Amino acid sequence: MSEVDHSMNSKRLVFVTVGTTCFDSLVRAVDTQEVKEALFRKGYTHLVIQMGRGTYIPTKSPGEDGSVDVDYFTFSSSIADYLKSASLVISHAGSGSIFESLRLKKPLIVVVNEDLMDNHQSELAEELAERKHLFCARPQTLYQTISEMDPESLIVYQPGDATPVAKFINRFLGFPDD
Amino acid sequence: MDYGNGCFLSNMDFPIVFLLLVVGTTTLIILRVIYIIYWSSKPVYTRSPGPLSTLIVLGSGGHTAEMLNLLAVLQKERFKPRYYVAAATDNMSLQKARVLEDSLMDEIGVDMVETAHFMQIYRSREVGQSYITSIGTTLIAIAHALWLMAKMRPQVILCNGPGTCIPICAISFVFKVFGIRWSSIFYVESIARVKRLSLSGLLLYKLHMADQLFVQWPQLKTKYPRANYVGRLM
Repeated sequence: MSEVDHSMNSKRLVFVTVGTTCFDSLVRAVDTQEVKEALFRKGYTHLVIQMGRGTYIPTKSPGEDGSVDVDYFTFSSSIADYLKSASLVISHAGSGSIFESLRLKKPLIVVVNEDLMDNHQSELAEELAERKHLFCARPQTLYQTISEMDPESLIVYQPGDATPVAKFINRFLGFPDD
Repeated sequence: MDYGNGCFLSNMDFPIVFLLLVVGTTTLIILRVIYIIYWSSKPVYTRSPGPLSTLIVLGSGGHTAEMLNLLAVLQKERFKPRYYVAAATDNMSLQKARVLEDSLMDEIGVDMVETAHFMQIYRSREVGQSYITSIGTTLIAIAHALWLMAKMRPQVILCNGPGTCIPICAISFVFKVFGIRWSSIFYVESIARVKRLSLSGLLLYKLHMADQLFVQWPQLKTKYPRANYVGRLM
């Protein structure tokens, strides 16, 4: 890991987003020393946590030698900007966050919230992980996922196309094909 | 004796006639429902030319993003006027739809603005709400939806969950049964559903309420053969 340059001009941001949900167990997992150290070993210098409606407040840290710079906020209108500037995204399993990160071609770890009542969200994350578009983790396995991941192994997601559905609907309603 | 007999008969007449009426009406409605279900899944062959009034039920978050992706490629001159409906607790979705319609206005011209309407509706079930309390909230949602549907009477309904679309689809089905309005319902299951349909999707599928149901993963098509798989929206 020593070849990674930690100087100011090589800021490598990890952006954690929980969207509009409350996902304290993810924020807590990210805030652990072992996860922060693992991120630093992987060459990431900054960690910004969007904590949404959660109540667990992570510890801010200026990021001196040998640790990542940690910052957090609840909501922001500039989440898209954070996503764009991120080198790694750690997201809740909402399809909005997932597809926005994939569209920006960001290495992505999706953490499934196991506390949700109707937990269908893991379906999407697991399917996309199987297709190697992202890594899928649970809060308690996040450290392991970060330590073992190779962002280079991910395959770029080809965005879907609504045209066939529109064509089907048009044909069904008796409109001629264009 | 005769008089008594007649009285006895006339006393019996009412229940029998009533019973016959009930049985007759029920049979007629059942036949009509079967007829509707049969024809709903068939393509529309005879249709008056011109645009179709379209109701777009916006879900929230990811659901709305998927729906807007579909709307982006639908021919606006064929599907108008467009009524956008979103849950009363969801302000973001209508705002996103407005942005889409505004961009159309810039592209096509000012007159398109009058073809878009935005409204809110009570939701039958919030994320995380238990299925039992959902019954009460669903009834309120149905009453409100009935009022809106009576005003709009759309010819096309596009929806992709969650619960908001169920009252609307149920009312549209009743409208079909009583010949008030024939509307074609298209339901696109969320891309988040890979292995099982959502509750909304499952209801519309099992009760034959959606004319056409789309899934976004091939493995769902295998599980629910009447669904269509023609690719993903996201």
